[in-house]
Amino acid sequence: MIFRPKRVWSVVLRHLYLLKHSLSRWIDLLYWPTVDLLLWGFITLYLQKGGYQEGYWVFQFLGALIFWNILIRAQQGLAVGFLEDVWARNLLHIFVSPLTIFEYLLGLFIYSLFKAFIASLLMAVLAFFAFNFKIWIQGVDVFLLTACLIIFAWSIGLLTMAFILFFGQEAEILAWALALLFLPFSAVFYPVEVLPESFQAVAKLVPTSYIFETFRQILLKGYTPYVFILKAYVLVFVYFFLSVGIFILAFNFAKKTGKITKIGE
Amino acid sequence: MFPVLTVEDLSKKYGKKLVLDKISFELYPSDILGIIGPNGAGKSTLLYILLGIVSPTTGKIYYFGENFFKNRSKILYKVSFASQYISLPYSLTVEENLKVFAYLYEIPNINKTIDELLELFKLIDKKKTLTRALSSGEMMRLNLVRAFLNNPDILLLDEPTAGLDPEYVKYIGDLFKKFSQKKGLSIILTSHQLGELEKIINKALLIKNGNPIAYGNLTELFQKFGVSSLEELYFKIFV
Repeated sequence: MIFRPKRVWSVVLRHLYLLKHSLSRWIDLLYWPTVDLLLWGFITLYLQKGGYQEGYWVFQFLGALIFWNILIRAQQGLAVGFLEDVWARNLLHIFVSPLTIFEYLLGLFIYSLFKAFIASLLMAVLAFFAFNFKIWIQGVDVFLLTACLIIFAWSIGLLTMAFILFFGQEAEILAWALALLFLPFSAVFYPVEVLPESFQAVAKLVPTSYIFETFRQILLKGYTPYVFILKAYVLVFVYFFLSVGIFILAFNFAKKTGKITKIGE
Repeated sequence: MFPVLTVEDLSKKYGKKLVLDKISFELYPSDILGIIGPNGAGKSTLLYILLGIVSPTTGKIYYFGENFFKNRSKILYKVSFASQYISLPYSLTVEENLKVFAYLYEIPNINKTIDELLELFKLIDKKKTLTRALSSGEMMRLNLVRAFLNNPDILLLDEPTAGLDPEYVKYIGDLFKKFSQKKGLSIILTSHQLGELEKIINKALLIKNGNPIAYGNLTELFQKFGVSSLEELYFKIFV
């Protein structure tokens, strides 16, 4: 026999045991197919409607992709920045220094801005030269929405960090997954109207749905629906202050339970 | 003389499990206090509480006469920490790691201070080396350099000589004593190397299952328990 079944089974068993004890791995297993199916399902529904003007699809995919990437880079700048300290087992050195938690977060916010700026600049330049797509064409309004998008990204980043402090390194998968939870409801690649009613109700509570709807209006119609911007900002500050509160709760919990000294071990 | 650190009735519970029970002690300038106990006694937890990274269930901590919990950030400028069990980011060079912490502690003359400390801990030739390329002993010495960056008045050390070659254990032990005697540095350290510990410390706090068993001047403790070495004291109390 070219292989020994029991030895092969031992490999399978090792991963099944891992799965058995790991909620995050279950989420990973079930989450991505769900998100992918919903996302591409709605895109398909949208495409089936047809009859759109020239240039429409350029925004739909290139513009949406650039803005979504700003969110992802800013969110990961925060969450992965925190994870870098977890992986390096450096958290303790940081938190036994005079640095306050707010200074630490501020540092991560700045770093995440840098990451988002580099990524968006690269994509904007490439989109212009390769596809003659000018994302900056509506200056101030685009800036307003980008700022809103970044605050939302920070909220998701803070929530991810809070989960890591609550549940340990087990939750690190959320650094890549949590933002995508909002993707189907954010109207990134299709308008909110494509969504079923129940999903539209959820989308009303997600600031990115207003942000991407507004981007769409600006770039396709040259018109800015300011009421959407207002709604997006109100919602995004609710998310932001909630996530700051949850993060502080998680940080104090980790100090109380001693978990903060164990993360990364 | 005023104590630089006063700990009063410090207790810690994780859920229902009591891991530290009414720990009290005082640390004066130039004191070197050894926290001694078997694994799981609560030594590291005590250090973490003294650093404010784990919150106590009850008790009070005063550094330099000030309430630690109300002035944490200000106090930590003069308190430092190193542990065998905590590393620095591997993908940065030795110099880069130290610069990050130099900015964090807002120390003046960054380059000069780093060079002097790297000389002192015999790591100057590793200045441009990636931290991942250091041996465990070199990593511990780098941790000590980092701990000395802010010119602390109090140093908390968790197993500072673990992983070091015997010549470095002696060298660093002598260094601690020199800093303590000449600069008034106070040190709290945990170590399982009792022979080496005895040469450095002047005070000891013995903990078993979170309970303080004995605390005081080393010579007084030897007299009280009728022993002549730290190892004997350890075996008499813990074994």
